[in-house]
Amino acid sequence: MTNATTTTEHVDHDDHGPAYGLTRWITTTNHKDIGTLYLWFAFIMLLTGGSFAMVIRAELFQPGLQFVEPHFFNQMTTMHGLIMVFGAIMPAFVGLANWMLPLMIGAPDMALPRMNNWSFWILPFAFTMLLSSFFMEGGAPAFGWTFYAPLSTTYAPASTDYFIFGVHLMGISSVMGAINVIATILNMRAPGMTLMKMPLFVWTWLITAYLLIAVMPVLAGAVTMMLTDRHFGTSFFDAAGGGDPVMFQHIFWFFGHPEVYIMILPAFGIISAIVPTFARKPLFGYSSMVYATGSIAILSFMVWAHHMFTTGMPVAGELYFMYATILISIPTGVKVFNWVTTMWRGSMTFETPMLWALGFIVMFTIGGLSGLMLGVAPVDTQYHDTYFVVAHFHYVLVTGALYSIIAAFYYWVPKWTGNMYNETLGKIHFWWSTIAVNVLFFPQHFLGLAGMPRRIPDYALQFAEFNMISSIGGFSFGLAQVFFLFIIIKTIKGGKKATDIVWEGATGLEFEALPSPAPYHSFNTAPEVK
Amino acid sequence: MSNVFKKIIPRSQMIKICLVPVFMFGFGFAMVPLYNVLCDITGLNGKTGRVEASVIDESKVDTSRTIEVRFLANITAGLPWSFEPLVTKMDVHPGQLYEAIYRVRSTSDQVTRGQAIPSVSPGIAAQHFNKTVCFCFSEQDLAGYETRDMPMTFIIDNGVSDKVEQITLSYTFFSLDKG
Repeated sequence: MTNATTTTEHVDHDDHGPAYGLTRWITTTNHKDIGTLYLWFAFIMLLTGGSFAMVIRAELFQPGLQFVEPHFFNQMTTMHGLIMVFGAIMPAFVGLANWMLPLMIGAPDMALPRMNNWSFWILPFAFTMLLSSFFMEGGAPAFGWTFYAPLSTTYAPASTDYFIFGVHLMGISSVMGAINVIATILNMRAPGMTLMKMPLFVWTWLITAYLLIAVMPVLAGAVTMMLTDRHFGTSFFDAAGGGDPVMFQHIFWFFGHPEVYIMILPAFGIISAIVPTFARKPLFGYSSMVYATGSIAILSFMVWAHHMFTTGMPVAGELYFMYATILISIPTGVKVFNWVTTMWRGSMTFETPMLWALGFIVMFTIGGLSGLMLGVAPVDTQYHDTYFVVAHFHYVLVTGALYSIIAAFYYWVPKWTGNMYNETLGKIHFWWSTIAVNVLFFPQHFLGLAGMPRRIPDYALQFAEFNMISSIGGFSFGLAQVFFLFIIIKTIKGGKKATDIVWEGATGLEFEALPSPAPYHSFNTAPEVK
Repeated sequence: MSNVFKKIIPRSQMIKICLVPVFMFGFGFAMVPLYNVLCDITGLNGKTGRVEASVIDESKVDTSRTIEVRFLANITAGLPWSFEPLVTKMDVHPGQLYEAIYRVRSTSDQVTRGQAIPSVSPGIAAQHFNKTVCFCFSEQDLAGYETRDMPMTFIIDNGVSDKVEQITLSYTFFSLDKG
């Protein structure tokens, strides 16, 4: 009798779908639910940070001060950077990891589902704290997303403490998410899936997770030092007490440089999944991709001071950081050439995910090349803190990281919802965004080379034309992402039913071993991997 | 389902993973002393040395070389002082001890406290620029409207690079009074 009851309950447990109502989302430990929450959160933050960018581009549309005070402009640039880095790009990648890692390695869920719930639900509180600083006396943080001391200590508004605890919470969330990813990948792979058989998205996320647990605590340390400098009489960054503001930059960029790879390594994994599917050829040079990812991760810890060439480093230091930085182009180049070689003589088709992936390869490489220019110490002296830098990191983060996230959305959304997105709308979204983003950021290279500094609300008259062009591109790109929201909702609501394999050339457990949409509980019995 | 997870996640592995962030949080703070040690050893960041007057051997003066030393004085906001060197530049030989005087004057009627922080440029000369006596070794308390002449004796050791023809020594006084 007892046995029978237990069995029935067990069966019920396996079959049950999601709970109903709001509590489903608050109490969920399901990796698909949490992935969805992360992705929606990231999208809301993308629109929030994007609206700040619209304010910036509106103010820069013409020289002179039109719409906002310089102090508010500085709050806009600061919050735009913080929201996009910590609120949009990073949570979007964590959301993709939550959705896809268990499906790709044949696991029933993430390894630590309760912690998974917690690491997501910290985020809304962190960003509420950060954004609430707009309504405080002195306004939101206005010292740039890099929050250099003493701007962020001696001269910062009172709301900086909200920023500090917000960053602490984001850091805790990221570290917990990363621990979960590591525990999942190391322990929950289906039988037969050795490390060197894992899809590259899994590999890049494993390495990213190690970067996260290594550097997010350093960022937490940096903001903790800011906090004690501000309130508890320490002098970490205060020269009067024997501290050193330049040390802040060293600690920040020791976090900051690995951070930029945290935002691009998962993108490499996504592109390595999409390109073989639409070229209908296996990925060229799988193991070299794995080793390249690993070497980029290791090198990322050794190059931080290339952000600081103008702080008065000795020549030997500049030379070392210059050579080490340029060395990173080798593993990155390996990746780009592997993608190109994968496409070589493939039977290529150009569905929307492939278009975004190709856009990524072309434009990320443009951003990489301007990065090489900035990595050359004598050249950087000219380009430092100009719009050339702004153009560079937007090419790698918008047409790089963001493009890969959008590509991932189009590639996997049929598996998530069971519905195909509208191909025509997807293609319009791609071409609209791609034209707009180049109108937006390409002229900024010229502005930077001509000497326009970043983070200024007004500029000299000779920069007027390029700024106007850039602003038009900016408004257009912003609108294209509202159009994206329409596509997302339309796809969730309905559309052509997706097949189980979804794409003709698709490989991997998520396409070959699961129906579309993927059931709420998948891989309760592990699949066999040959 | 939770039992399944307990079995397959080894506890020791979880402890190891969790120790990484704890260790790295500590490492962030350890960077502060590490950075200071590195700057002291290499003379980066203009950190100057300190020697005892008794160990200086005056016979090692290198009269064949002359280096121009320039003196700068700065006050940060919030400190009601004026601060200047009595001599703004000096030609010196490596190995010989020299004295420079800085004059500080309070423009407040209150007692005020300040601390001077030195910086030497170029960085490659900093580690060879040693002081035996300096007002920057301790805090300075000035009574209302007090004027004080403060000595600083220094020696540039013979190890300084041939390329260095000019050294700038800058002092910045920071207020130690809160608020």
